[in-house]
Amino acid sequence: MHPAPSIIFFTVLSGIGLGMIFCLGLGLGPEDALFAWVASILGLGLSAVGGAASTAHLGRPDRAWRAFSQWRSSWLSREACLMVACLAAFGLYAAIWTLFGLRLAVLGWLASGLAAATVYATAMIYAQLGTVPRWSATPTPQLFLAFGLVGGMLATETAAQLSGPSGAVGHGWLLVALLGAAGMMVAWTTDAAGAGRRSTGSDMGTATGLGRMGIVRALEAPHTGRNYLLDEMAYRVARRRAYQLRLLGAGLAFGLPTLVLGLSVVLGGLDFGLLMLVVLAAHTAGMLAFRWLFFAEAEHIQALYYGIR
Amino acid sequence: MTSLPQSTQRKMGLVIDLDICVGCHACAVSCKEWNTGGYGAALSDQGAYGEDPAGSWLNRIHTYEVRPDTGPAKVVHFPKSCLHCEDAPCVTVCPTGASYKRVEDGIVLVNEDHCMGCGLCAWACPYGAREMDLAAGVMKKCTLCVDRIYNDNIPEEDRIPACVRACPAGARHFGDLGDADSAVSRLVADRGGMDLMPEQGTKPVNKYLPPRSRDEAAAVLGPDLTALAEPEATGFLGWLDRALERIG
Repeated sequence: MHPAPSIIFFTVLSGIGLGMIFCLGLGLGPEDALFAWVASILGLGLSAVGGAASTAHLGRPDRAWRAFSQWRSSWLSREACLMVACLAAFGLYAAIWTLFGLRLAVLGWLASGLAAATVYATAMIYAQLGTVPRWSATPTPQLFLAFGLVGGMLATETAAQLSGPSGAVGHGWLLVALLGAAGMMVAWTTDAAGAGRRSTGSDMGTATGLGRMGIVRALEAPHTGRNYLLDEMAYRVARRRAYQLRLLGAGLAFGLPTLVLGLSVVLGGLDFGLLMLVVLAAHTAGMLAFRWLFFAEAEHIQALYYGIR
Repeated sequence: MTSLPQSTQRKMGLVIDLDICVGCHACAVSCKEWNTGGYGAALSDQGAYGEDPAGSWLNRIHTYEVRPDTGPAKVVHFPKSCLHCEDAPCVTVCPTGASYKRVEDGIVLVNEDHCMGCGLCAWACPYGAREMDLAAGVMKKCTLCVDRIYNDNIPEEDRIPACVRACPAGARHFGDLGDADSAVSRLVADRGGMDLMPEQGTKPVNKYLPPRSRDEAAAVLGPDLTALAEPEATGFLGWLDRALERIG
């Protein structure tokens, strides 16, 4: 599948932002006025920037508002509705928190629940597509939720470290979350490796109905040039470097953060203000690499008609 | 509303005869011509006269080779367009309500005034039947020539999809596949009409008629030509042949 940069940035940034809203809504973080401002702006900003980026891949962005109408049937519509509801709830929570120093627990829980539901809806947009078995035959919702949670925890901790001496999450818990998300990634990747197009039972024989007569082979393509179907759903450019990208993603998203936080637990009492920012940046970069692969490695069954992957 | 109807009054669709199709692409060209001037945004091309031409088409003609266990391989031309599925996954994923399946005749359409061009419906389709129009920024798909089949302003013989009208071989048929007595339904029953990728659970309305078996393949290929290439030698040549064989 074509890895549109706008969708990759949207899902990664809004994933971290929504994870942060989830943590803040649960009341994590120190009672500190500066933290309230830094955390609220970062959480809202990441989610909103991500949401805005998602409109960049639309053919008609001026009609994006119509996506709020089909929540009864469409996961993409549900995601849009939940995202706006979450931002509204957390926006109100953040306004009361920053201006009056009051963290309304019930409103926070509402924002947390909406944040988790938004990430789930995002994942279901992909997980619902039986045409892309790498997304639908794998624990994609669990993967997105795990990534959102660990990204949110890291971002919340970063905001706390930057705005004061006290942390928000505790580095032991961060380590647990990092290892848990890394484990989820390994589990998902293992499942995905077995979720080729054959796993759907479809091949060129069933696609053309000619399989009952013998072995089917594409003899002539319907067009000599490229087209939307091939550009969008038979994208092959980045797969050559999949191994290197996966290694880079694992090192940046999980390796470096685990190392730094592990040192913090072992040595204790280190000043992690700026270092946490580096950790968060590395984690985000690693996530971008993983998300690129999520699209670039996914194979669509319609390409069976062309006899290519 | 992007929920699918429980049932449709009719199931209008195409029956495509793979035994007859000669792969001339006339249906695709006629489709492009009609749908560029008819319903909705024009089917645009990008760099049509440049080095890397591309464009949106609603019908694509693939060509396959089928190699049976025994006997010669067979070439099959394979036109592919929207199958107007009963359980159309492209409709339910639509976030704007632009994609819909009509209750009265089962045709799957895109309301191009509501489509925001997110492309998710094209991802949901197992058949690659939807293509984004890069000029208009909206999704295009086969409309079953909805602006022809009910059009009182054109001659009656033209009130069929442009692809069916154009086919010089008679390989394309149009009708109500929900009516068991219709000509297309009888054709499907007689010839063992098949669904594409039935395992995807989309329940396509369009059917494909498989190529007929060629038991008489030998007769089609003519007499055994190897006999002509190596005739039985007689007389002096026969003696020479046997003598040379003895030398080894």
